[in-house]
Amino acid sequence: MTEEKTHHPEPSYLVDTGKYKGLMAWLTSTDHKRIGLMYMYAMMVFFAVGVLLGMIMRIELFFPGQQFYGPQMYNGIFTIHGIIMIFTVVIPGLAAVFGNFSMPIMIGAKDVAFPRLNLFSFYLYVLGAAIALASQFMGNGPPDTGWTFYAPYSIQTHTNVVAAVFGAFVLGFSSILTGLNFIVTMHRMRAPGMTFFKMPLFPWSLYATAWIQVLATPIVGITLLMIIAERWLRIGFFDPSLGGDPVLYQHLFWIYSHPAVYIMILPAMGVITEIIPTFSQKKVFGYRAIAISSLAIALVGYFVWAHHMYTSGMSATARWIFSLLTFLVAVPSAIKVFNWVATMYKGSISVKPPFLFALGFIFLFMIGGMTGLSLGALATNIHVHDTAYVVAHFHYIVFGGVGFAFFAAIYYWYPKMYGRMYNFKMANWSFVFLFSGFNLLYFPQFIIGIMGMPRRYFDYLPQFTFGHQLSFFGGVLLVIGFVIMLITLFSKKGAKAPDNPWGGRTFEWRIPSPPPLENFDIMPEMGENEQPYDYK
Amino acid sequence: MHTETVHITPYRAHAWVLIALLALTFVTITVTWIDLSALTVAIALLIASVKAYIVLTNFMHLKFESSLFRVFVGMVLAIYVLVILFTLSDYLFR
Repeated sequence: MTEEKTHHPEPSYLVDTGKYKGLMAWLTSTDHKRIGLMYMYAMMVFFAVGVLLGMIMRIELFFPGQQFYGPQMYNGIFTIHGIIMIFTVVIPGLAAVFGNFSMPIMIGAKDVAFPRLNLFSFYLYVLGAAIALASQFMGNGPPDTGWTFYAPYSIQTHTNVVAAVFGAFVLGFSSILTGLNFIVTMHRMRAPGMTFFKMPLFPWSLYATAWIQVLATPIVGITLLMIIAERWLRIGFFDPSLGGDPVLYQHLFWIYSHPAVYIMILPAMGVITEIIPTFSQKKVFGYRAIAISSLAIALVGYFVWAHHMYTSGMSATARWIFSLLTFLVAVPSAIKVFNWVATMYKGSISVKPPFLFALGFIFLFMIGGMTGLSLGALATNIHVHDTAYVVAHFHYIVFGGVGFAFFAAIYYWYPKMYGRMYNFKMANWSFVFLFSGFNLLYFPQFIIGIMGMPRRYFDYLPQFTFGHQLSFFGGVLLVIGFVIMLITLFSKKGAKAPDNPWGGRTFEWRIPSPPPLENFDIMPEMGENEQPYDYK
Repeated sequence: MHTETVHITPYRAHAWVLIALLALTFVTITVTWIDLSALTVAIALLIASVKAYIVLTNFMHLKFESSLFRVFVGMVLAIYVLVILFTLSDYLFR
């Protein structure tokens, strides 16, 4: 590389060069990197609120019986905990933050295809989140339906369901527009020479995710509007007393909300697929298999929704069809895990914080995935449906999977985002607390779930006390780990980060840290024989 | 380098589309007065599908676009059909 290329005259994207300065410069910026960071800050706030609500639940559950507040408040707390964590944290999650920050750079673009639409998506996200949060303080009290808004209760309850549902509807719009933006960006703005099968695997996972966002989200949007129509206009869609069918609601809700799990987990898998070859300094094993498995997960994952409904009175035919499909979707997921492990095999492994979190992801995702199969099997599902076992399973996927991948991604791209390194020792301690705290919090839920502890219950039998108390202490460790991570990343400036601190091969590691406003001085190209993970 | 052709549809074509959509809306309302029992919903969906086809091909310019866009629309329709079929696997076998 010549001196002319390494010296960068353009100021970084963190420097205000436009009409506005300070906060206004950020709030009006259409730069994909700034929008990614704004999503990240917003999500960290929502995540902290969600964790706080989770801990308030755990405190109440420390002993059987009522301790600090009553069952109605407990119902309200688990509902808003779910709404915040699902709709404002994990669904937009990695795609909104790291998809925005990294994807355009990784494919060699200056920005996303529609930068203003991207900023509009962010504002829709903020508006939707604000409406959902405001539902707690308006009308006849916080909604108490759970984040799933199951009918007919969501039609009949006097609590403030409409505002919460409308908030989720607006958040859905944000998700659709982001998905659309990413699809067009990846089709139209890849660097010359970068064919689809030379595109890095994180963008590949975002591509599969974006299709689910565009195709599945409108269904839940309409379904949520149907709840509002039924409550206000008394149209009988779902309430049997009005001539409706409550199982139809469950179908429509899960047609979106199960693919939504893949909206969450696919970008997480994409991040792990970037981190493992980088820290193994080895070409990713089975590039095409990983890319195609992302599409396969998105496609098959679209048709497994009714495995949430085995006990809802569905036909036996539908039950076995959806059980079969659920087992099928495990195949592409397992392909990814085998490829990650095979990539590490005989690699030159460097155990830095992002890699530690990636390993944590694989471990926790495997437990979450395998317990998902036991839930997908018809016979076992009948026994553990709506128990703490389900709570443990989805937290292993959503928090152990998406959450740990999110933490891994922050530690991975932080030097690129801010141009600074962080303290590895502190980062490793945050992993120790988060990993041990997570397992102590959620593993006992598997045990008490099998023993018969129902989910969403304010009170419980004495034999479940020890499990709940272990979970409380796990929650405390988890909060400590989260605080250590925040201190590590944001308390003081670390040493200046080099352009490529981890020895990565994708485009973002070929530009300065932090990147200039339009990412590249000279637009990158991909040579005919060049591959995205060529570590030779 | 990808080149794009701009298609300017004449006003007359838009007017015909508008007339067709209004006429089909009138048909949709009219058939609700006839007792077709189980076929009522099927006919309403059929008319709505024809209207959607007209909008997709004319207003959304699908008839001028490359085959990639047609594949995308076809994929969406295929997924929609599969969703309906899987949902019916519950309702038809209860």
